[in-house]
Amino acid sequence: MERAEQGPEAGPIRFEYRDVCVHGDHGPIIDHFSAVVPAKGLTVIVGSSGAGKTTLVRLLNRLDDPDGGTVLFEGRDVRDYDVLELRRRVQSVGQVPVTFPGSVADNVGGETADLLTRVGLDPMLADREADRLSVGEAQRMALARSLALSPDVLALDEPTSALDMANKTGIERLIRELADSGLTVVMVSHDPRHADLADYVIEVQPHKKEEP
Amino acid sequence: MTPIAAISGGSSVLSGPVTYGDVVLSLFLVAVAIGISAWQRVGLEGDLLVATARSFVQLIAVGYVLAYIFEDHGWLTILALAVMVGAASVTSRNRARRVPRSGIIAVITIAIATAATLGVLAILHIVPTSPRAIIPLGSMIISGAMVTCSLVMTRLHDDLASNRREIEARLCLGQSSRQASLPWLRTAVRAGMLPSVDSTKVVGLVALPGTMTGLILAGASPLSAVRVQLVVMYMLLGGTAFAALVAAQLTERQLFTKSHQLIKSLRRVP
Repeated sequence: MERAEQGPEAGPIRFEYRDVCVHGDHGPIIDHFSAVVPAKGLTVIVGSSGAGKTTLVRLLNRLDDPDGGTVLFEGRDVRDYDVLELRRRVQSVGQVPVTFPGSVADNVGGETADLLTRVGLDPMLADREADRLSVGEAQRMALARSLALSPDVLALDEPTSALDMANKTGIERLIRELADSGLTVVMVSHDPRHADLADYVIEVQPHKKEEP
Repeated sequence: MTPIAAISGGSSVLSGPVTYGDVVLSLFLVAVAIGISAWQRVGLEGDLLVATARSFVQLIAVGYVLAYIFEDHGWLTILALAVMVGAASVTSRNRARRVPRSGIIAVITIAIATAATLGVLAILHIVPTSPRAIIPLGSMIISGAMVTCSLVMTRLHDDLASNRREIEARLCLGQSSRQASLPWLRTAVRAGMLPSVDSTKVVGLVALPGTMTGLILAGASPLSAVRVQLVVMYMLLGGTAFAALVAAQLTERQLFTKSHQLIKSLRRVP
């Protein structure tokens, strides 16, 4: 059983991992994992690489499904939701930002200028080709693209791992601001410093193979 | 009278019908090829012998089968086409083993492309519905559809595998699997159609196509032969378009789950 910790005062629950198992090609990736993600604030899932953190994020918007156990969103199994609707409500952004062909405005859609301002980008960037952004700018643009859908949850998979120190700090500050604005933010990270940023911390341990 | 019916009365320009003796004499050229292979130490002597023997046995067998069907056993036409579709599907499946159910995709694709293309030709009375027209034309469509189907299946699979981050980013934004894979679906359809488009563009410039060559050798006038060849080329364009479209739709369904997830073998393994 993997360990999960968080404060007792967490309040309403957005997600619950209930006895979740995921099998990989070479054995279990996640083995009987249980934890809850509160509805408010920033929850950081920390653990070393190989602990299945990325999979925990992918289970939230059903890019993956568990082989055992259930993931509950607002008390209902995520599999009971229309998956496309679930994904619009639970936005996920990966480690390396993905840019689609076209301009920043094409990528973000909606109220581009407002969204760019919200993620700390110059609205003048709207007309720039998205593939000409720096990695840090592209990561902010990916966040703006997700925010354009007015999600309830932002699920972030190591969002600062591809960034230099200056960009890391900027994105961390932005994530904190988004959590303070009322969004549920879930972030997985191998960086123990991110536990200091969090309102709640879930710690996952790498699965240990049983000795014969 | 249809173009194909119209040219069937010509007499061969070769010195009478080609006899088995003539075929044996043409083996002289195979001997030359084997001689060159041995002299240059290319190591293809065995392959040349096998290829020569196989082509002889296979074509003689097909000749007897076709003669039997043409002589008042027209009801076997469908069976003959079905056997060809089956053989083509096995070949196509073997080319695209990474795609789940590639054999079923190939059978459905090749059968639909063949039925639709022959159907259009027959409904418009471009070709007669006799076994003599349907079987050879069908075999050409089946062969083209087989190549197209293999190309589309492998291209779509490989493109989704190498672009899975972008596809999953699109899925994360609430796009359906069809919407998320659309750019690569188009690329795959294009890849499947391009060979027949390209060969249609250069027809007559690079080489005289096989149908036309055969008809001219058999005594048809060049312009009659050209008309038949044009029907064949346009038929193959239509057939490959049908095949590319059907193969892409069916393959896309096999590469995503019903919950709009990439299938496990294509997912990023954490």
